[in-house]
Amino acid sequence: MVTAAATFGRSGSHDFILLRASAIVMVLYSLFMAGFFLSTPDVTYQVWSGLFANIWMKVFTMLALSSVLIHGWIGIWQVSTDYVKASGLRAFIQLVFSVGLIAVWLTGLFVLWGV
Amino acid sequence: MKKYTFSIYRYNPDVDNAPHMKEYTLEMEDSQDLMVLEALIKLKEQDPSLAFRRSCREGVCGSDGMNINGKNGLACITHLSSLKSDKIVIRPLPGLPVIRDLIVDMSQFYQQYEKIKPYLINDDKTPPARERLQSPEDRAKLDGLYECILCACCSTSCPSFWWNPDKFVGPAGLLHAYRFLIDSRDTATDERLDELDDAFSVFRCHGIMNCVNVCPKGLNPTKAIGHIKSMLLSRAV
Repeated sequence: MVTAAATFGRSGSHDFILLRASAIVMVLYSLFMAGFFLSTPDVTYQVWSGLFANIWMKVFTMLALSSVLIHGWIGIWQVSTDYVKASGLRAFIQLVFSVGLIAVWLTGLFVLWGV
Repeated sequence: MKKYTFSIYRYNPDVDNAPHMKEYTLEMEDSQDLMVLEALIKLKEQDPSLAFRRSCREGVCGSDGMNINGKNGLACITHLSSLKSDKIVIRPLPGLPVIRDLIVDMSQFYQQYEKIKPYLINDDKTPPARERLQSPEDRAKLDGLYECILCACCSTSCPSFWWNPDKFVGPAGLLHAYRFLIDSRDTATDERLDELDDAFSVFRCHGIMNCVNVCPKGLNPTKAIGHIKSMLLSRAV
């Protein structure tokens, strides 16, 4: 068996399931946000912060950001192991994207914490 | 008379610094329709240095897999008329190292095939005296799998195999893997699945179906790979 330490899941099937589960969450979040903007003609600061003050919205948003983190991590690992043959450059690309994805996740956490 | 123009990939590492395309022309009667292999044999009479593999000349041995007008196929069962062009470009199978002209080094392809243990494993301590019987229904499950002749047209048309030929088993190997996974007489299903459950061996297939498009035997490796993924996932959840 080929070992692959830098990916997110524990096995090929784990990666496969994580990719699809995170995609479903991101689609649901996107549909919800599209529905929100379509049904809310005047998105003021009060309406926007009121939406994110709900605990369920915070959880939903963190689930979506976690999905972005997992989906992006596995996706970048897969694409870089396909197309980038120099292991040093591949490690650098994976580092940049993984740190970036974690930074996005943490930013979301602290922003929502303050709402 | 009709005239075909061939542009053929030439590379002899003993003589050439780099590969190049060489032009040939071949004339034949209007009523004549040769296979690509027959045309190559005629071209070899013009230029004996042209190298390619062939053996059975009837689509059974899988020796003459090559890239014909951009699509992998067997030269011996590809009619010139089916190419719908009088200009024919022939290159070696993509992605594998070229030994000479249209001859590629298939070692990586065979190493992947070897990895899936392409033979029946049965740990039955008391084997039957004559043969392991199988119901007609179980035998029917092998149809569309056992016919593969290992010509490598599918695996060398697969980008996932191009990028990771040392880690991704490839469509041909996986078609054979499923042939043994689904065989009612094989008892090593779990061990076989254990060997395949990494991020490369099976899951690098993203289902683009190039393999199905080129298979000269009309087989469907993507479908077999889908079945393997289902078997792996049903164990994982």
